[in-house]
Amino acid sequence: MAITPHDPVGQSPHGPETASEKPRRVRGHAARRRWIKTLTPWLFISPFIIIFSVFTAFPLVFSGYLSFQEWNPVAGLSSMEFVGWDNYALALDDPWMWKSLYNTAWLAIVSGIPQHLIAIPVAYLLVTAVRSGVRQFYTATFFVPFITSTVAISLIFYTIYSGNSGILNQWLVAISKWPVFSSFLGWVEEAMPIRWLNSSDLIKPSIAFVVIWKYTGFNIVIYSAGFLTVSKDLYDAAKVDGCNAWQQFWNIALPMIRPFAFFAVTLTIIGNLQMFEEPFVLTSGNSGGVGQSGLTASYYLYLVGWEWLEMGAAAAISWVLFLFIAIVTAVHFYFNGKKGLGGDR
Amino acid sequence: MKHIFTAGVLASALTTVMAAVPAYAQEIRVDGFPPFDTHFDKQVPIFNETSPDITVTYQMNSHGDHHKLLTTNLATQSGAGDVVIVDVSFIGAFINEGGFVNLSEAPYGAEEFKDGFVPYAWSQGQGADGNQYGMPIDIGPGVMYYRRDVLDSVGGDIDAIISDWEAYIDYGRQLKEQGVYLIADAGDVARILVRTTLEDGEGLFFDAEGNSLVTSDRFVNAFTLAKQIRDEGLDAQIGAWTGEWYDGFKNGTVATQLSGAWLLGHMQNWMAPDTAGLWGASNLPGGIFGSWGGSFLAIPAQSENPEAAWEFIKYLTTEQGPQIDSLRDLGAFPVLTSTYGDPAFDEPIDFLAGQQARQLFAEVAQRVPAVTPMDGDLIAEDVVMNGALAEVLNDGKDIMEALQDAERLLLRRVR
Repeated sequence: MAITPHDPVGQSPHGPETASEKPRRVRGHAARRRWIKTLTPWLFISPFIIIFSVFTAFPLVFSGYLSFQEWNPVAGLSSMEFVGWDNYALALDDPWMWKSLYNTAWLAIVSGIPQHLIAIPVAYLLVTAVRSGVRQFYTATFFVPFITSTVAISLIFYTIYSGNSGILNQWLVAISKWPVFSSFLGWVEEAMPIRWLNSSDLIKPSIAFVVIWKYTGFNIVIYSAGFLTVSKDLYDAAKVDGCNAWQQFWNIALPMIRPFAFFAVTLTIIGNLQMFEEPFVLTSGNSGGVGQSGLTASYYLYLVGWEWLEMGAAAAISWVLFLFIAIVTAVHFYFNGKKGLGGDR
Repeated sequence: MKHIFTAGVLASALTTVMAAVPAYAQEIRVDGFPPFDTHFDKQVPIFNETSPDITVTYQMNSHGDHHKLLTTNLATQSGAGDVVIVDVSFIGAFINEGGFVNLSEAPYGAEEFKDGFVPYAWSQGQGADGNQYGMPIDIGPGVMYYRRDVLDSVGGDIDAIISDWEAYIDYGRQLKEQGVYLIADAGDVARILVRTTLEDGEGLFFDAEGNSLVTSDRFVNAFTLAKQIRDEGLDAQIGAWTGEWYDGFKNGTVATQLSGAWLLGHMQNWMAPDTAGLWGASNLPGGIFGSWGGSFLAIPAQSENPEAAWEFIKYLTTEQGPQIDSLRDLGAFPVLTSTYGDPAFDEPIDFLAGQQARQLFAEVAQRVPAVTPMDGDLIAEDVVMNGALAEVLNDGKDIMEALQDAERLLLRRVR
């Protein structure tokens, strides 16, 4: 049907426009000013928004999209093929995936808890027992492993752990010969060379030790800051009430640093569940070492994506890992969050 | 019809113009990893003597980084060089995915050079469709390096030792009494056996129909032999490219090493230069012929100068000069059988006590079985040759069970 000037349908949008042409121009001017006003703050924060969308939001959405595709990156973007939930089904019934999640959880616990068990007393002693100059010196010293490249550290430990020429084994043999130690370290010589990184039972503890060594200093810094916030009056009051040193620590200092502990533990949980570099270097990038004992979830998704060139499957694994971290963190928040965040104060 | 005619005229006119005008703008970049930069430093000026209008630049990254970057470049279809170097371990996963130019087609016509190449290397660069996507630039014919002094100390004879694997293991037992290990890693034995005892044209892990071969006798036998060496305590359990590995070469605590011809360059240049004259090279034990490593040149489909790229590839791979130079300068073994008559192959090698080892390498190169690269090779390599083998050797897992587990994992992945 042709639209003629008499056609009511064609005419109606035209009518009001001509009628209100003048006021509209004024309104347009005001609108523009209002627009500029609204836009200005956005313009100021646009660098963040742009960087965030390009490097965080887009990859996030893209990996979600990718997890439903089968894609070998070498074949180019156009080769993606929609496979529905296949990648997730594959991930959930993949023995290496479960092995890697188990390893991740194991490493997170075994390398996580000691960090705090060591850091809390050390930080407490540094804050209460020594002068501040000494404290700063030691805090800085303990912090050095944290700021050292993980790859460099892992390479050094790789050499230390080496079976035939590693210093750890040499040292064990040496002390097993000392009179006092020989009674209970007698087995050492027979067990030599202990292959710390080449037997499935020892890989995980060896990795965990490196992680503990690296991150304890970081936690010491957090806990020191925490203990410093505890007012001296509280200790004085406790002393007046007859508290001994242990009671001061247990009943005053420790409860007071709860928010710091909460923060430190949260960081440890998230960091440890994403552990990648230490196991990667210590197993020489060899698909997680013997029996995939050092294969963590991040390591596995790297393997699937970059070594096996299955980006879709890797994306699905990354979402499973995300879910896993989210659940663990949620549980942690549920049990410790209210007190940890200072909600009860 | 008329349109086609016009287009034809235009195209030929364009070609004529392009041919007539010296193409100053022909610039190509080669992406690769060291030590190819050393090779190019020397070869580009020589190449430019005959092709002055092609400017060659190169971008080098470490071996691992280079292949990751190449993966990203192919994924996004941007940023790759006009020529890329691809290691043999990646070639199967890369060439069948359409990211590279088909060199068998006009105007490249790679097939005409086919007969000049070592057959197994040529077929490694072939896609599943039978077309050539990668041109071999160097190969690693497999040999056994052995310490002559250690051999003499037990009064052994090298030909007897390599006659079969039982004799080789016997040699190891003799060495054990002297506190010397037969080999650094028993896994090497399994790795080379798996690669050598197969039919021409068969895949390493899959047959032509894509069925898994992982639980076949080839794997069981290879794993069994490696396990025997490990269980008898004849290997040092040392991984390659570690400090301990180099120490083994220096101290003579490891008597043999199975590897590619290229290891010679590493040993004499930096791993164990002081042991010059103490080494020898022989065929692999048990009368097998295999290869370690090798590199290919390919042109990404995204290249804007594929023809200039091809000129450079042709120069590097099909001409004798650069091939022999790379043998002398890098220890990278030539792919052209016609070079094997060159006087360079008769030169005695001081590091190997004056042995004319290049003749041995050349002989091996021509007898290596052709393995067809497959899509799933990278996964299989990790799951079978890293995963299952380590479990068998280090954890004492049953061989058949380990192979079956690996196969299950593999079949789920390779769809």
